[in-house]
Amino acid sequence: MTASADGGPWTPDEMMTVTAARMLWNGCVCFVGIGLPSAAANLARLLHAPDIVLIYESGTIGTRPGVLPLSIGDGELAETATAVVSLPEIFAFWLQAGRIDVGFLGAAQIDRYGNLNSTVIGPYARPKTRLPGAGGAPEMASHAREVFVVLKQSPRAFVTTLDFVSSAGLCAGGAPRAGGAAGRGPQAIITDFGILRPAPDTSEFVLVARYEHVTVADAVAATGWPLGTATTVTVVPPPTTEELTVLRELHRRTREAHNRPVQLPV
Amino acid sequence: MPILTLQQAVCQHVRDGDSVALEGFTHLIPFAAGHELIRQRRRGLHLIRMTPDLVYDQMIGAGCAGRLTFSWGGNPGVGSAHRVRDAIENGWPAPLEINEHSHAGMAAAYTAGAARLPFGLLRGYLGTDLARVNPSIRTVTCPYSGERLATVPALNPDVTILHAQKADRAGNVLITGILGAQKEAGLAARKLLVTVEEIVEDLAAPMNAVVLPHWVVTAVACVPGGAWPSYARGYYPRDNAFYIAWDEVARDRGRFASWLDRYVLGTADFADFLAAQRAAGGAP
Repeated sequence: MTASADGGPWTPDEMMTVTAARMLWNGCVCFVGIGLPSAAANLARLLHAPDIVLIYESGTIGTRPGVLPLSIGDGELAETATAVVSLPEIFAFWLQAGRIDVGFLGAAQIDRYGNLNSTVIGPYARPKTRLPGAGGAPEMASHAREVFVVLKQSPRAFVTTLDFVSSAGLCAGGAPRAGGAAGRGPQAIITDFGILRPAPDTSEFVLVARYEHVTVADAVAATGWPLGTATTVTVVPPPTTEELTVLRELHRRTREAHNRPVQLPV
Repeated sequence: MPILTLQQAVCQHVRDGDSVALEGFTHLIPFAAGHELIRQRRRGLHLIRMTPDLVYDQMIGAGCAGRLTFSWGGNPGVGSAHRVRDAIENGWPAPLEINEHSHAGMAAAYTAGAARLPFGLLRGYLGTDLARVNPSIRTVTCPYSGERLATVPALNPDVTILHAQKADRAGNVLITGILGAQKEAGLAARKLLVTVEEIVEDLAAPMNAVVLPHWVVTAVACVPGGAWPSYARGYYPRDNAFYIAWDEVARDRGRFASWLDRYVLGTADFADFLAAQRAAGGAP
């Protein structure tokens, strides 16, 4: 726990969620993944971006859930959506067609160019840890106009070489992206230390902003590659009381909803 | 199109070694049919599903499968599908060959299958390692622009099994809510089995709702609650607490085996299963 702008304590998860939420603008069309991205996108909607269009890959377009979904296809997402379409349609007509402004992704591993691994730790044929897999991420990484990644920084997660590339990042030296992907690819990594963005000349992710309570040296030590820094590393303002209050209330409602006993069908 | 019991439908239409797709993206997951395949001890199935979550965790843990085609395998919002992981990582209870895609790739493969085209086409898999480990992901050059595009072979399961809200007595099936790739997977299959919440006199389908007409449906079985612990819009909500509690049960081979013995192999049918789970307070 660390002090907020108004002196209250907050957790690293809350700082990340608030920081990610601030990066979304009103009217933005956002393709949302489950977990922290979903919390950030809904926090933005409840605060400064009431007209944000949230799309979950279950085919729910323009959804406004009252509580955070546990799964990507909770009933709440469908009941509060502008439209519900099939999976072939969401991937072909909406994502591949380039109608998404921001894709929000997490992963198990990331490298300095924003390539992501959500498939396997260790060799593919003899996995040390088998992860869920790519799901919607590869095409989100290619076709969203830009991609934000949310991931806690550690040498195990921020690695020199990925065990597997599940979705593509940027190409070294600002070269065009693999296979002529239309989207610009990962443009920000929001971590529990601050924000990384690609350097224009090398495409390598560098620290551009840090949280008040961490140092640049802390962030470098938590990175598996020699992390560079922008000429000026700014300080991310701590969460405001309003941001924390709205986020905590959202999580409280969500916990209550997910633990509510369901009457088994008879 | 006969209306059968689920036992009859599985017994008559699913053979050992068949390729079988149980579809439903979070919504309308055919758990009852998955359990019946376990009870009838089907073996060596090639299971196909975009999101192998709890239903395939249970079937793979029970030893039904030899092969899995998928694009994301886990317990949504909770973590790993531990039984799927154990099969891939340790070959337990049986080795599991995997054929891995992205969601967009699987969606294109079902769509091609439904259209009886040989392959699906997408601008996909760009810059990823998936094509390296799955040789069925290839490319084709666009004859008009010269662009190289990804291809995936059509999926045509021997049997697709769906759960839906309603069927009428002729066997026309109505689905509303989150659709996943159910229509495509259903029309891609050689045989289509559907379990439903209820059989009604008049389907009263809203225009443009998904209706699978009786002459593409091989058999219908009425299984109320057949998608639990997933959900059926208009009937019952998703039992998120069950999904959360499943994590601990599936993590351990012994606990999983006890659950399977007691609730699936030890029950006569899905109504019996639901009664047993209800008696246990709904927890796995």
